[in-house]
Formats: sequence, C-alpha cells, structure tokens
Amino acid sequence: MLGRTANGLYWMFRYIERAENGARLIDAGLRMSLTRSEASEDDWDGVLQSAGVRENYDEVHDKLTSIDAIDFLLRDRANPSSVMSCIEAGRHNARMVRTALTRETWEATNECYLEMKAMLSKRARPTDMPEIIDTIKRQAGLIRGAFHGTMLRNEIFNFSRIGTFIERADNTARILDVKYYVLLPAVAAVGSSMDNVQWESILRSVSAHRAYGWVYDAELRPANIADFLISNGRMPRSLAYCYEKIASNLGYLEREYGERHAAHDTADRTLASLRSQSIKDIMDQGLHEYLEDFISHNNRLGQEISDGYRFY
Amino acid sequence: MVKNKGTTPLAFDEMMNADSSPRQPYSTYHEWYASQDRNRLIAKSKEAENIFRKTGITFAVYGHADSSEKLIPFDLIPRIISGREWRKLAQGIEQRVIALNAFLDDIYHKQEIIRAGRIPRELIERNEAFLPQMIGFRPPGGVYTHIVGTDIVRTGEDQFYVLEDNARTPSGVSYMLENRETMMQMFPELFHQNRVRPVENYPYLLRQSLASLAPPGCSGKPRVAVLTPGIYNSAFYEHAFLADMMGVELVEGSDLRVIDGKVKMRTTRGYEAIDVLYRRVDDDFLDPLTFRPDSALGIPGIMDVYRAGNITIANAPGTGISDDKAIYSYMPEIVEFYTGRKPLLENVPTWRCSEPQSLKYVLEHLEELVIKEVHGSGGYGMLVGPTATRKERAVFAEKLKSRPNNYIAQPTLSLSTVPILVNKGIAPRHVDLRPYVLVSDKVQIIPGGLTRVALKAGSLVVNSSQGGGTKDTWVLED
Repeated sequence: MLGRTANGLYWMFRYIERAENGARLIDAGLRMSLTRSEASEDDWDGVLQSAGVRENYDEVHDKLTSIDAIDFLLRDRANPSSVMSCIEAGRHNARMVRTALTRETWEATNECYLEMKAMLSKRARPTDMPEIIDTIKRQAGLIRGAFHGTMLRNEIFNFSRIGTFIERADNTARILDVKYYVLLPAVAAVGSSMDNVQWESILRSVSAHRAYGWVYDAELRPANIADFLISNGRMPRSLAYCYEKIASNLGYLEREYGERHAAHDTADRTLASLRSQSIKDIMDQGLHEYLEDFISHNNRLGQEISDGYRFY
Repeated sequence: MVKNKGTTPLAFDEMMNADSSPRQPYSTYHEWYASQDRNRLIAKSKEAENIFRKTGITFAVYGHADSSEKLIPFDLIPRIISGREWRKLAQGIEQRVIALNAFLDDIYHKQEIIRAGRIPRELIERNEAFLPQMIGFRPPGGVYTHIVGTDIVRTGEDQFYVLEDNARTPSGVSYMLENRETMMQMFPELFHQNRVRPVENYPYLLRQSLASLAPPGCSGKPRVAVLTPGIYNSAFYEHAFLADMMGVELVEGSDLRVIDGKVKMRTTRGYEAIDVLYRRVDDDFLDPLTFRPDSALGIPGIMDVYRAGNITIANAPGTGISDDKAIYSYMPEIVEFYTGRKPLLENVPTWRCSEPQSLKYVLEHLEELVIKEVHGSGGYGMLVGPTATRKERAVFAEKLKSRPNNYIAQPTLSLSTVPILVNKGIAPRHVDLRPYVLVSDKVQIIPGGLTRVALKAGSLVVNSSQGGGTKDTWVLED
C-alpha cells in the first residue's frame, strides 16, 4: 500500500471519530444547560476546553455565549475541529483513498457529508439540536457499520482502526482531564455532596452513563469514573481499550510486514502500564499529570506510526 | 444574421423517422418506451441523479465560483447504434488509429511525411506539442497512443465525421461505464429485450493492454499504476475509478521517486518499482527536469528512466502532436500516406487561419463557422458563429487577426439528434460520440462509448464543462 494511502485512511478515521466525539460533547453540554436553573456559560467553557478549541473560539468571538459556542463546535469552518470541518476533512481523505475503500464504506462517508452539509447549511436553532446530534451519531454509525461489514481485515483495516483509536484515546483523555480537573476541588471542598449533573456529563460525553451503572454501583464516585475511563478494558472508549486495539492492529502489521518500528515499542509500553497501574496509583501520582503525559505520548505514537509506515 | 431557433428541422434524428416511426435500431426500445408511464420515467431520472450523487461521480469545473463538485446530467434514453453502423465506424476508427501511431513513429524518426512534402515542416517543429526529447526514441512495443478517444459526429444515415482524435489522455470512459451500470440497475428488462454489446470489461482490457506493453527492463509480472494530478483535478473521480476497477495503485507525483534507474512508489513497506504508468498528467508536468521546472505533479528524472527502457508511459509523451487541431486538417493525407488507402471516415472540412486566404474567408463568414483554438480543449475558447452575438463575433475577429496561427475554423455541422427525456415527454437534442480505443499489439475498440448531449434545445455544444449531459450508448448485436 502507498504510504500516502495509509496516511489518508488514518486521518479519514481520525476525523470521523472526532466528528462523532464533537457531537457527544455538544450533547453533554446541552444536557447540562437543560438541567440547571440558571444558564451558565461556564458549562460551555468546559466543553470548548474538552474539545481543545477554547483559544480558537476566542480568536473568533468576543464573548462566550452558548449559542455561539454551539455554532462554533458544530459548523464553524474557522474551527478545524468543528463537526462539519471534521466530516469534510474525513470525506476529503476518503475521496483521496477511495480505491482502498469498499463501495459501501465510501458511499456511507459521502452520504454523511452530503446530509450534514445540507443540515448544517445555516445556524441551527436550539429546537433542531436533538435531531442534528442524532443524525451525526447515526451517520457515523452507518460509516462504522459499512466499514465493519464489508472491509477486508488487512492492512487497510489496520491503519483505519489505528486512526480511530489514537483519536479516541486523545478525546477521552482530554474530556477526563478538563472535567475532572475542574470538578475535583469542588468535591474536596464540599466533601460528600457532589454535583451529579456535572459528573454525569463526563459519562455522557463518552456515551457511558448507562454502562457505568452496570459496572459500578449507581453512585457516581470520582475514582470509579476515572477507573472506568482509564483502566476498564471492556469500556470501548477507555484508554486501556483504545490501546488494546492500537497494539493489536500494529501487531498485525508487524507480522504481515515482518518489520517492527519504534511505534510498536511505544504502544506496547503504554498498554502494559495501563494494565498494571491501579487507579489509586494514578490518583496518587496526580491525575492531571498522568493525563497530560498520556496525551503527549499518544501524539508521539501518532508521529512514530507516520514515520515508520512512510506516510509522507 | 442567422438566428438560431431551436433544433434545425434538417437535423437527422437517430430515433425517429420523419414520418414519426422509429428507425430500425430503436424499434424494440421505442415499443418499450411507448408502454412506459412518463411519471415513472421522470421518477427514475431523479433516482439516477441520486445514484450518481451518492457514488460521487462528479467533476470539477475550472473557474466555477463554488468550485467543488458538479454532476454531469445523465439522460436515460439510450443512444442506439446498429451492428452494421458500428462495423463501419469501427473500421474507420481502426484505420485512423493505426495511421496516428505510424505518423508519430515517423515524426520522431525519419520524418518521411515531411520529406514527401505532405506536411509542412514548421507545422511540426514549431509546434509546442512536438517533443524533441522523443526524437529517435521508440516506446515499448512501438505504441504511442495506448488509449484514444475518437470524437465522432453524425449528420445523416451514413454520414459520420471525425471531429477530433483525442490521442493524449482522453477522459470520460468512467461515464461510459457508470451510465451502463445505472441503466442496467434501473431497467434490467431493456437488456433482456435488446442484445446490447457489453462495455463492462473495459477496465480489464485496459489493464491487459497496458501490461502487455511493459518495458524491456521489466522482469516478472508488470506492475501498473495510474498517475493522477490529485484530488483537485477535474477528472479525479475517473482516475480513482479506473485504478480501482483495474486493481492497481492510484499514485501522485509525490508518491514516486527515481531510485536505481527505476521509478518507484513509496509504500508502507518501502519503495517498490512501477513498470507501466498510465498517466493522466500532461506532458508539460511529467518531469520537471525535462519539461516545466515548476511542475509539482511530475517525477524528476522519469524521462531518463523512460529512455533507458525501464518504464512504459501511456500515452507516450509527445503524442499531442498527432491530435493537434492544426494537424487535424492534414489527417486525410496522413491516413492515406501510412495506410495506402483513402480514409474510411471523413474529416470535417477545416480552414487553417494561418493561411491568409483561409483567414480572409473565415473573417467573412464568421456567422456560419465554428472557430476553435488550435491547442484548446473542452469547449473553452471557441466561438460558435451562428449562436454568438454580433459583439462576441467582433471580439473574436480581433483575436483571429492578431493570432491567426492559433485558430482553425469549421462549418457548423447539422449534428444528429437523439431525444432526451423532458417534462413534457421527449425532445430531440444534438449529440456526439466518443468511442474508446485500446492499442497494444492489436487495436481494440469498445463497442459503445460516451454519447454527449447538448441539453439546451438547438445547442451544438455538448461539452460537460458547458452544460452538456451524457447518455448510455448501445451497440446492438446483429
């Protein structure tokens, strides 16, 4: 496979993953503002931070309003991580690597783009939001379905999956970092009573509020939430799960090509530490430091994959 | 002043006779059509558009404000050619393509046609499409034009003219294939009732044909790749489609590099050699070391690899000299010179504006003529005299006077019509035809091709960039 094709697949799936995560973040933000008596723009500050675009927002807007924040996250082309920008970039990459995709996967991607482009052609009204969020999730689901149902399990599949999970790991780590960091002092100060809505919003941003209840008891505890999103290998958006997938897909490539790169060592090392470290160790070490470190390692892994497989 | 009022009543219609009975090749189809509910057909027409949009069969129009991607309108009434008509066409095309290759070989070697005084020397040697780098070099298998798309127009029952020999990188073949696919999906019954010759094996034949012309330096199974200028090129969809259907890599210049005397592509496992490159990049951009130094689309050094016999480039660089519009007017002489026979297919009478007497005639008859740029393509930079305004003609006359060498003129032919589906039923529209030809040790002509249709009533311009559409083209078994 061409290095450029591997690069295109990797980014196609990173962008689609990012679009879907963006929709979830907006959803969680909306949910928070619904359940509050007084509308708080601070909620959106947290959402923008989780999406990693707080500074980009300030470049375009003078003040923070929920309407502007939603528009910025959803459809502003000035925001390279807005849902629409991501869908467009994902589809652009898909077009470039079209020969590597099944017709079903390409058509699902193209349809997602056409539908979202029409739907987001003008500013969304608050009443349209539930439908928009649903459509994004559904369209992303259709791409995933077509991809899993029709693609050969070969190197094409591996590079696509690696892109998905590098992106997802980054997203989960960011959400946890921003939210947890903001919330934790409040818990310490108040002691027991915590803002359930705020905690729930973390789980909602990763579509895990139901699953949490199945695994832990119904009460939302900071340590359990962190454990769920970091170490739980059965939770499909946890860091541990993402790294199981990254390591196994890199493993397939290693066996097929008979070649091992720096990326393999980095991924294996990260996976091993995710498996061995308890959540208590992590908390003791400092969650923020831990996550910051994780995000930079995750970025470096992306770079090592790009170098090892000659993306450029 | 000639005022154009819709389709001229004189135009030959390929479906209907003057007495409103269907012509023979259309008889089965016409019976089917008569039994159809018009609303269903209009619904099908929308369905076809959706299929095309969904599949992403689009092209980019240069200079369009909202640039990105347009659909070429598809009309679902097929253009039907009988087996007898096709045989005649195919023989004429084959003769012409053989002559084109012989001409190219001669022009880049002994230049006998010039010495025989049939073609002026300066027409070749001062032509930008003539590449001195190709002199004395013979491409693998002696084939210059691996893929040709001969543009043909019809004016009557037995009158066919060649309008252009597209011998560089003819496009549109993906539409031929997708149009057929769409028709078969929407109206399978039609393919039971009519015996339509298949075009679907084109990608297979193309790959086979390209692989059979691997260079001498290739050992083992030849590796074929399609070279595209990239995702922003107007025909990118087609490049990706063909690579996909042939099962070969779609590469860009930035993927390729000359290493150890071979052209190699950067893969996830390292650099791997390519033997045959089906390039959809113009000569000028192919090799910045040989041609335009500012080209970012090409591969530095590929021409050295080519001349050393380590890669096949299809079509060969320098083939543009054979389909140049100034050369076109000499095609009857060229065909006769190399095949020893009169051309089976006619040329459209052509005035070379470089000749003072012709220029005078052209300026005096602008309102009857079509004026084309010698090096232009895609319907850009042309004047259709009869439909142009007085002002447009005056502006063009100045261009002609200042750069006569740059133009040729042809009469406005009364192109044949085939009906298209409109809201009120069907209405005749002018069409042309581009069959696709593959050249290796044999000449293979795909039975069918791309029918382009002018969607505006009376219009003679069928180019997609100027609002033309396409139709599925059927060649019937006898």
